[in-house]
Amino acid sequence: MKRALLALALLAAPALADSDLPPAPYADVALPDAGQEASAKALMATIRCLVCQGQSIADSNAEMAGDMRSLVRTRIAAGERPEAIRDWLVSRYGAWVSYRPPLSRTTAPLWVAPLLFVGLGLVIARGSFRRRRRG
Amino acid sequence: MRRLVTWAPLALAVLLGAALTYGLAKPAGTSVTSKMVGASVPAFALPPASPGRPGLASADLAAGRPHLVNLFASWCVPCAAEAPQLKALAEAGVPIVGIAVRDRPEAVDAFLVRYGNPYARIGSDEASRVQMNFGSSGVPETFLVDGRGRILQQTMGPIGPQDVATLIAAARAAG
Repeated sequence: MKRALLALALLAAPALADSDLPPAPYADVALPDAGQEASAKALMATIRCLVCQGQSIADSNAEMAGDMRSLVRTRIAAGERPEAIRDWLVSRYGAWVSYRPPLSRTTAPLWVAPLLFVGLGLVIARGSFRRRRRG
Repeated sequence: MRRLVTWAPLALAVLLGAALTYGLAKPAGTSVTSKMVGASVPAFALPPASPGRPGLASADLAAGRPHLVNLFASWCVPCAAEAPQLKALAEAGVPIVGIAVRDRPEAVDAFLVRYGNPYARIGSDEASRVQMNFGSSGVPETFLVDGRGRILQQTMGPIGPQDVATLIAAARAAG
């Protein structure tokens, strides 16, 4: 019985997780204009893949990442600025989709804390140097 | 006071370490919710996903009645799993329209024959363009849209039997 089940499991085709449609037109095709392609590539490296989540859409093989690359290239080719495309994606998926954290109320501590720590360190260092000179 | 100053940095470091460890150990949420909830449906017009059935445009969603917009695909296994729930919703009088993501007409037809057709209209979204415009990150996903075309809520993943009653109530409240 167990063996039969194992044989069946081995024979079964894996469940389809992707469509059988070819990749979107500009998913893996570079734009003819080298300058446009460069700015599209730079943007793609800082946009997060929705499916794999640990990769940028430039690095991911997921179908949806391909569709997102195609969207980026098509819009760049149409003359849209990269930051406008980023804003468009952020307005749909939130700041999560961008690898460039924006300066906002929730992310402000990330930007301000290092400055505060350096300031604090300077104050402490100054205090201890003074004490040493006196002693 | 002296002693406090000596030990405070260590205490801070321990606190920070604890916070970071907690952040690492806590399982991260993996679903990316749409930021379009509360906004109007983006303008779009999709061709029919299967010949002989009407396609879908944003104007259809602002014609006075609330709708469920179901993003699905014939190649998506959980989409088949939620088919009975969509059927129940359609039978309860909730208008449902579909967006077939990255699909072929013959595959959509076969899917509808096999699992039933709860959809009044189905648009074909070949390059996931409208899916991204909705802020959706996968299939199946279902958006509740009110009669003026405003997105009220998003359901990620398959609709379970336990969700049907809540969705019917939400759709009635929206109309």
